[in-house]
Amino acid sequence: MNPPPPPPSQISNIEPRKSGGLSLISVASYVFNYQLVGKPFLAYQRHQDERKLKALKQKPQQLLAPPLVRTARMKEMMSRHYLQARYANGVRKVAWVTSGAPVEILQALGFVLIYPENHAALCGARKKAEEICTEAENAGYSRDLCSYARTDLGTLLSGKTIVGRLPRPDLLLCCNNICQTVHLWYRVLASRMKVPLVLIDTPFLYEPAQPHQIEFVKRQIEEMIPVAERVAGKSLSMARLKEVARYSKDAAELWLEILNRGRQKPSPITAFDGFTNMGPIVDLRGEAETVEFYRSLLEEIDERIAAGIPAVKGEKYRVLWDNLPIWYRMGWLSKTLGKQGINLVASDYTYAWGELAPMMDVEKPLDTAARVYLHPILNRSTGDKLRSMKRMVKDFDLHGVILHSDRSCKPYSLGQIDQRDRLTKDLGLAAVLLEADHNDPRAFSEEQALGRIEAFAEMLH
Amino acid sequence: MAVDSTGAIVGSRLETALPRIEDQTSDLLDAMAASLHFEVASIPVVATGYGRKLVRRASRQVTEITCHARGVFELLKHEGTLVDVGGQDSKVIVIGPQGRVIDFTMNDKCAAGTGRFLEHTAARLGVNLEEIGPRALGAPREEAITSTCTVFAESEIISLLAHNVEIGPILKGLHRSLVSRVSAMVRAVGIRPPLMLSGGVARNDAFRVMLGDTLEQPVQLPDEPQLMGAFGAALLGLSFSAVGAGFSLRE
Ligand code: SF4
Repeated sequence: MNPPPPPPSQISNIEPRKSGGLSLISVASYVFNYQLVGKPFLAYQRHQDERKLKALKQKPQQLLAPPLVRTARMKEMMSRHYLQARYANGVRKVAWVTSGAPVEILQALGFVLIYPENHAALCGARKKAEEICTEAENAGYSRDLCSYARTDLGTLLSGKTIVGRLPRPDLLLCCNNICQTVHLWYRVLASRMKVPLVLIDTPFLYEPAQPHQIEFVKRQIEEMIPVAERVAGKSLSMARLKEVARYSKDAAELWLEILNRGRQKPSPITAFDGFTNMGPIVDLRGEAETVEFYRSLLEEIDERIAAGIPAVKGEKYRVLWDNLPIWYRMGWLSKTLGKQGINLVASDYTYAWGELAPMMDVEKPLDTAARVYLHPILNRSTGDKLRSMKRMVKDFDLHGVILHSDRSCKPYSLGQIDQRDRLTKDLGLAAVLLEADHNDPRAFSEEQALGRIEAFAEMLH
Repeated sequence: MAVDSTGAIVGSRLETALPRIEDQTSDLLDAMAASLHFEVASIPVVATGYGRKLVRRASRQVTEITCHARGVFELLKHEGTLVDVGGQDSKVIVIGPQGRVIDFTMNDKCAAGTGRFLEHTAARLGVNLEEIGPRALGAPREEAITSTCTVFAESEIISLLAHNVEIGPILKGLHRSLVSRVSAMVRAVGIRPPLMLSGGVARNDAFRVMLGDTLEQPVQLPDEPQLMGAFGAALLGLSFSAVGAGFSLRE
């Protein structure tokens, strides 16, 4: 007999875990560790960090402008988020989600959200990813697998993390609008942790989305709602969903405005400011505080502009960064480029979290979600990515492009050779391919990277 | 490599790099200074290549990409596409009208695309490095080497030898493997004719002939292709300094 066809909703393993009820011990631990001790401590730490950053601001600028003071607030928000998550099991429902998933619905239902990709990036930036990846490799996961997936699976298998502990999920939400890796990765999570998995399948866009494609995604989102409601134990309020969608849109708009400040000459920000401060737009979009944070970040950047402070002193060359950052080498890279008078004034990666803001219609949150989550840069053709890059070259008035050929992220790196070719031939830009990996330092060689960057700079001179 | 104040070559020395680059380059400089009668402190020194940052007495460091382009442009006197295959990496550099680097691509990740590949496998075959080119060229046929990795290619060769395959065809197959990797890089950047060759592997006739055939381009070779990076560095050093006040780079 043939097996029954898979349900159209792509929902597997629907039965939620039984052990999801409220537990008194958990509540007590949550209240004590997170609300009574953790939150005030993190606020105090932020205060200290702000003092240090303000003091740095008073000193005469060396090569690079000191970090933005608001970074301290971002750090507090992200730490608070992970701290709350750490004690969430037994108190609040937890979902693990991919970065490009329609999270507004889960947010409106009160889930605490964990983004394994962001968690992996934090581990990468703190130079812990290699060790964690090795745990996954020891369990048989190939080194060819994306280093985010390896970091996450490594954490799952060994408990190693820099955030204390990741909570067990009650629901997994995976949207394949960034790559197919996430699909297989989340299936592994679902089977290892015995949690329901919702997969939102987004057709790849070779041309602008057709109405039937939007309808296809929208229906999947509609089918996901009752599943999420069952796990959450409550029903979705449209009013709350619209509110969350409003915060998402406002934050994305502000983020876009922040990044567009890079068009100023000299630019008050670098792509590194973007990488450092993108945590909230990924992990905490849909929250009021995120909107507030980006508003204040924009203010600080505008103060920089007013005070005539450039991100890179003596900015000579304005360059675009393509692909994910190299999380474990951000400091080295920003100094190495800065010494050559190069400022990465823009990055298509950070831009991806803002460029879709105009598409969002908060009055129609479901249609909007379907449309927006179909359109991330990684779900569009390589030709379309090239057009976006060319637009950025014009808008930001750029001299060159660094294309990070990321060993892990195949969908982002595919097509880069042709994109590089077109950028140099059509626009006469200098462009260089830098081979590395966003999270796995074993794929990075400093001497070789330096050679390429310096040769690139000599080409610009 | 040393040049006089007009940019003419006055001396050069070639040594295999040792792990202690600082000491080795220091000794080299002293030996050059003694034989050419100059004071190291009084002349500009530009260091290039891997380890350029370790040359203590250099007044400046420039990447080998720019230096190779500059050296070859000075000698061959025209723009074009320069293929530089050295022991540690291989690069394709597009040189523009003024000798400037317009574009480049490089393989520095995999030994199979570099001179090391030939060196390593030649040693395995027990053939002297100088001989591998002529023997490959003289081979009546070619044995396909399918492994894309230096280490696996070595096992493949051992197995071919065990099956009594002659060395000539194996050598030719090895050259084919390197040539196809390098020509893929050239095609990726796009050829701006003519095609030029520098680096240690340029001295290998089989590589030069097979590369030209594959890319259907005549290949030009400067004298001393292995020293082009150092020559370019010397010229750049001159152009940066007061010593070279009467000198200007070719445009
Ligand atoms: S492969 Fe790329 S898009 Fe997919 S999870 Fe890894 S980094 Fe993200």
